[in-house]
Amino acid sequence: MKLSKRNTVILVAYAIFLAVSFLIEFKPGQQIGLNFSSFALTMLRIVPPAFILIGLFEVWVKRETVEKHLGEDSGIRGYLGAILLSSTTVGGIYVAFPVSYSLYKKGARLSVIFTYLSSAAITRIPMAIFEASLLGIKFTIIRFLVSLPLVILSSILLEKYLLQRGFKMNHPDKQKVSTVK
Amino acid sequence: MNEMYVLWIITGLASAVSLAASRGKTLQSLRIALKRLLKIMPPFLLMMLIVSVILYLVSDEMIAHYLGNENKYFAVLFASIIGSITVMPGFIAFPLAGVLLSRGVMYMVLAAFTTTLMMVGVVTYPVEKAYIGTSATIMRNGLGLLIALIVSVAVGILYGELP
Repeated sequence: MKLSKRNTVILVAYAIFLAVSFLIEFKPGQQIGLNFSSFALTMLRIVPPAFILIGLFEVWVKRETVEKHLGEDSGIRGYLGAILLSSTTVGGIYVAFPVSYSLYKKGARLSVIFTYLSSAAITRIPMAIFEASLLGIKFTIIRFLVSLPLVILSSILLEKYLLQRGFKMNHPDKQKVSTVK
Repeated sequence: MNEMYVLWIITGLASAVSLAASRGKTLQSLRIALKRLLKIMPPFLLMMLIVSVILYLVSDEMIAHYLGNENKYFAVLFASIIGSITVMPGFIAFPLAGVLLSRGVMYMVLAAFTTTLMMVGVVTYPVEKAYIGTSATIMRNGLGLLIALIVSVAVGILYGELP
């Protein structure tokens, strides 16, 4: 784990701010501290198993399998596969990104990955059931039917645009080399 | 929070099967998992820090106030902005949307709010940037915002709130 100088400064300042807030009972600071700890606890319950599954995926699933189902020639099946996969993604965007990186490494095409990422925000089954029960099934159906085709379309456009610019997905640790300005 | 138990159970079962099949490969997969996790920690921490501040600044009352704006176009606009900058888990967001609905907030406004909430992430920017870089992140979220607005218009028409 490497921290850039800027991030180190931010994190240290934040830690000091929280510590002082609790010492002098500064209410907003205390509230922010509580928010942080409750969010961190939630993440702690989602993130470790998700990364273990990603590790297993990397070791056991063959590149050819991913290429065949989600790769260049997968066509519409690839997009449907991405939506299906996203609907079962637990933990939302925090899990979807590491998963998408694994898919990329194994040869999934970019538009399929972007479809996966965006629909992970829309179609997760528990969320959809929750939404339908609170806002009505009609609301959920409209949202799905309107957004999913647009998600696929925008992913295809995004792929076209990014490939023209020689886009490559980063391994997070290489970000300094390839994404700084 | 049943979602999480399912995740742990699946992970446990998958690990057990993997371990039975090959000890070496399982250890290798754990090493990969740990390596990946440590690499993403800095942007992750930064994101959690921003979320903790945002959650303090944006209260439920404030959301209700802006989303209940009498001008429906302004309400949709506010809903998209608040939805984009706020991060909240679905189990908080949908009950909140339910409460807002009962307070008379329009469906199209709720559609803009919940869709941007899930598709557009200003505070997840550090994490997203680490994976796909700055320009792809901005474009992906911009397209997400556009999709949310289209969904909002479609909901508005189909619920008779528009034109």
